[in-house]
Amino acid sequence: MAFLRASSPHTHNPNTTGRVMREVLLATIPGIAVLTWFFGLGTLSNIIIACAFGLGLEAAVLKMRGRPIAFYLKDLSALVTAVLLAIALPPASSWWLIGVGMTASIVVAKHLYGGLGYNPFNPAMVGYVVLLISYPQYMTLWLAPENLSVQGAIFDITTLFELVFGGLASTTMDGLTAATPLDVFKQTAGLTAQDIYAHKAIFSQGLFAGAGYEWVNVAFLFGGLYLLTRKVFTWHAPIAMLAALALFATVFYDAGSSSSGGSPLLHLFSGATMLGAFFIVTDPVSSATSNRGRLIYGALIGALVYIIRVWGNYPDAVAFAVLLMNFAAPFIDYYTVPRTYGHKKAQRATQTGGQ
Amino acid sequence: MTSHTIWEVPGGIHPPENKAQSMAQALVECPLAPEYILPLNQHIGAPSAPLVSVGQAVKKYQLIADAEGIFSAALHAPTSGTVSAIEERLIAHPSGLSAPCIVITPDGLDHACSLEPCEQPFELDHASIVTKIRNAGLIGMGGAGFPSAVKLNPHTNTPINTLIINGTECEPYITADDMLMQTQASELLEGVRLLAHTLGNPANVLIGVEDNKPDAIAALQEAAHTANQRHNCDINVVSFPTKYPSGGEKQLIYILTGQEVDSGKIPASMGIVVQNVGTAVAAWRAVRYGEPLIERITTVVGESLQVQRNMRVRIGTPMNFVLEQNGFMASQSARLIVGGPMMGYALEQTCVPVIKTTNCLLAPSHSEMPEAPPQQACIRCGHCAEACPAGLLPQQLYWYARSDEHEKLEAHHLFDCIECGACSYVCPSSIPLVQYYRAAKGDIRKTAEDKLKSDKARERFEHRQERLAKEEAAKEAKRQARKAAAELNKAKMAAQQAVGAVSPPPAAPANTTANHDPSAPVIPAIASAEELVANAATAAKAQQDPTLDKARLSRTVESLVSSIERLKAQMAEATTEGLEASRIEKMAAKLKQTELKAQEAQAKLDAFDKTLAAGSQVDAAAQKMMASPNAAAEKTLNSLQKRLSKAQELHLDAVNENKPSADALKQGVIKLEQKIEEAKQALNEAQSTASSSNSSSSEPQKPDAAAAAIERAKQKVQAAASMTPEQKAHAAVESLQKRLAKAQERYTKAQETHDENVEAFAIGVEKLELKLKAAMEAQKEGSEQA
Repeated sequence: MAFLRASSPHTHNPNTTGRVMREVLLATIPGIAVLTWFFGLGTLSNIIIACAFGLGLEAAVLKMRGRPIAFYLKDLSALVTAVLLAIALPPASSWWLIGVGMTASIVVAKHLYGGLGYNPFNPAMVGYVVLLISYPQYMTLWLAPENLSVQGAIFDITTLFELVFGGLASTTMDGLTAATPLDVFKQTAGLTAQDIYAHKAIFSQGLFAGAGYEWVNVAFLFGGLYLLTRKVFTWHAPIAMLAALALFATVFYDAGSSSSGGSPLLHLFSGATMLGAFFIVTDPVSSATSNRGRLIYGALIGALVYIIRVWGNYPDAVAFAVLLMNFAAPFIDYYTVPRTYGHKKAQRATQTGGQ
Repeated sequence: MTSHTIWEVPGGIHPPENKAQSMAQALVECPLAPEYILPLNQHIGAPSAPLVSVGQAVKKYQLIADAEGIFSAALHAPTSGTVSAIEERLIAHPSGLSAPCIVITPDGLDHACSLEPCEQPFELDHASIVTKIRNAGLIGMGGAGFPSAVKLNPHTNTPINTLIINGTECEPYITADDMLMQTQASELLEGVRLLAHTLGNPANVLIGVEDNKPDAIAALQEAAHTANQRHNCDINVVSFPTKYPSGGEKQLIYILTGQEVDSGKIPASMGIVVQNVGTAVAAWRAVRYGEPLIERITTVVGESLQVQRNMRVRIGTPMNFVLEQNGFMASQSARLIVGGPMMGYALEQTCVPVIKTTNCLLAPSHSEMPEAPPQQACIRCGHCAEACPAGLLPQQLYWYARSDEHEKLEAHHLFDCIECGACSYVCPSSIPLVQYYRAAKGDIRKTAEDKLKSDKARERFEHRQERLAKEEAAKEAKRQARKAAAELNKAKMAAQQAVGAVSPPPAAPANTTANHDPSAPVIPAIASAEELVANAATAAKAQQDPTLDKARLSRTVESLVSSIERLKAQMAEATTEGLEASRIEKMAAKLKQTELKAQEAQAKLDAFDKTLAAGSQVDAAAQKMMASPNAAAEKTLNSLQKRLSKAQELHLDAVNENKPSADALKQGVIKLEQKIEEAKQALNEAQSTASSSNSSSSEPQKPDAAAAAIERAKQKVQAAASMTPEQKAHAAVESLQKRLAKAQERYTKAQETHDENVEAFAIGVEKLELKLKAAMEAQKEGSEQA
């Protein structure tokens, strides 16, 4: 009678990569719901198309690489990438736009680097940046939120179809879109913060950071807190990012003068701040590994976000900030090896050999 | 009870405890097994040396194997019976190894030999307590199996200020220590006091228990209270939050003292000694009652057992017997684990014995411990780093281990990994991280060993080169000295001859020179004979104690025969059980191997008697050798001739194939010929010495041979001295002419037979002719002068 020969440990907690990804997908639901509430069915169409592309491309690449398709699809990582990119794109984006973005994400950023776990850059953000640089005219058009005077939100299926599958005349598009809060704040440099809040519809209709957008961010914050309580990731990177962003915003608020960078609340609750903090920055594959490293990594992303938003060319900056820090993550890792039990001092990973 | 500060270790996990199932039933005694298998190496360190022989009757508690060296432990018989074998048996080891074991077949009477109790153990001094503990075969019962006596005798400059008794038992399923603490709390406290006494009563004596064992804590606190009041000591029972792996020695030290043991150091270096609760009780019983360690509490647990409980199991009880006692359903068992699910190792066979460190036998069902799912890609989620109690970065270690980056692994402190398995447990991609680390550690150790070996080999080589160079230099120096001496002698002789024309030659100086030169070829012959004799003697010595060897051989044969029988039985069982064909085939192969081994061993045993006889033959040969130095000389000559013929062959080949080495080979041939010439001379001389002295004993022969040689040399010298230079020159010319004639003869012969060495001979003839010419000229000159 011979028994199974196995190496310890013999038990395993029930957590799996698929489960981690499923939690992430679940945590995006509040955000998606609020997005749909304010911007219409465009968000859902984005997600459906992106998921279809995501699964299709993942399966095709896995087949070409000769890997078991079902086994890898079950880890749900392709779906997470698809959903994150779909949320980041303007609602009701064209199918081909999404297709190009997903190809850049799944094929180039993920599989050409070796697949899940080997990608140095966040795939969703690579897809987003490729689109932002290649097709700025589509990427900067955000539908106006529902409760604004310009009726932008689309709940009408035929219009949605026209938007997604047929090219809609840009004039019609103009009627549907409106500048985002960060756009408005950036382009009205002559006004004090108080004036902007009083006279610009997107702010006057909202509470603290722009109508609609603030609630989207609150929803993503809740999703993120859910993930924190589920211990999917640690608090270090997202909190460091938000803290750094808030710190910069406070220091350069300038009491809301005409040259003000915007209030901390505006920065925390508009744009992709919360989505970025809890769903993008926390991507474990492309971030720093130790907790100390993640604090530095998150804080630097927060700083970069503010710098690009206020003094850079783009109204929002999460994607650029994250990709720039992805570059730096291995470097941060070298200098943030934790102190091991029984050692006086943490060692740098760059010091090998001769003690 | 004063509350004690608790430090929290970083990391750690909370796996399902699964401790209730084995605590539901009372502690029971495991009945006498049909056989006890006692591995000689149950501890860290050298295996113990058996003191019994096969067939010997032993009593319970009897010492059957003694500690060999400091890091070793004694072994005692668990019951009375006879030693049925001392042989290799499968042991509880992760690699499924076999190791030497003493096998005892009990007689069922359980007769104990008398023990040596000590009424006043606290009046004993340190050394005698340590000796008693050492003699009782105590080792750390928590799992590592470190000999306890060594731990109680720390060789550090730091005085021991803290004694920690480890009752943590953080592994899931295991409740052996819990049961012990509940049932033997007062004995445990006595043990703790004794250990504290042995260590010079350190200021802090702490018993650390996780808070998931409230009953044990209560029992200990009560016992500690009583002990503290009665004996005015301060033993502190400290409970702390349950978290795996709090029971690791280093982790426990941190939890209770807030201090970290420096990497690569032992706790004693900072004045801390940690002992397991089981060890404390065993120490008390050993010193107070003189009772050696022959049993322990083992948790027998898992869903493939009908009864899950703690048992008092005697060391050496086969595990299959223990499992049987608890209704083991082998078909439902997913695996068999010795130890807990986090750090225990899986066994393939159940016929291995329970040893001193076996705290748990875990036989889970398939649903309880399913096979690990296939490994997925690491997503660097960092859960492992959060779980690591040692502050490592497991995922980085994993990447480096996969890419064999040993330097990086060491920079990331791979060797501080305690292999607790927390990282593997939490990994969402089910990567067997610990397995990677174990493999990497093995690789690194092996590389280090290889490096050490190659370094040593290099050193050896360098030393050899140096030695050879020295020898060469010494030889050269001697050669020069000889040359100088010879020239000096020549000059002296010439001077004497110049004088001798007037007066007769004095004999004395000639005598001194003769003492050296002519006897020279005889001496090496004698020396080589002596050498041969010495060699034979050492060879005979190597076979010392032939009876012992014979016993060992016969033991091997016996054990092999018994293992053949066992294998046959196993095969029969396997066939009836309908196991897969491949397994049975494997068994058959093993059986065949064992049978072959047995045959071999038998043959060896048979041959042994012959060897014994051969030993006397060797002696005879040695004597013969001593009797005839010329035999040695003959041997040298023979071997030289053989070498010559080989060299000639080689040369022939080389010439045929026009190899550049032909010239070198030719030189070799010529040299060998010269050597043969010398050897022939030596032989002649040896023969003549042998014939000159016909005495039967070899001893007086040596001086005789030397004397004869001296005699002959004297004659030669006198003859030489009596010759005039003219005569001398004439003799030289004559001898040269003779040699030339001989060489020419050889040359012509070679030409006739188309010998390959024709050229060599031709050169030889030419040279001789030149020499002859020179000699003749010298002769002419000499006569002209005269």
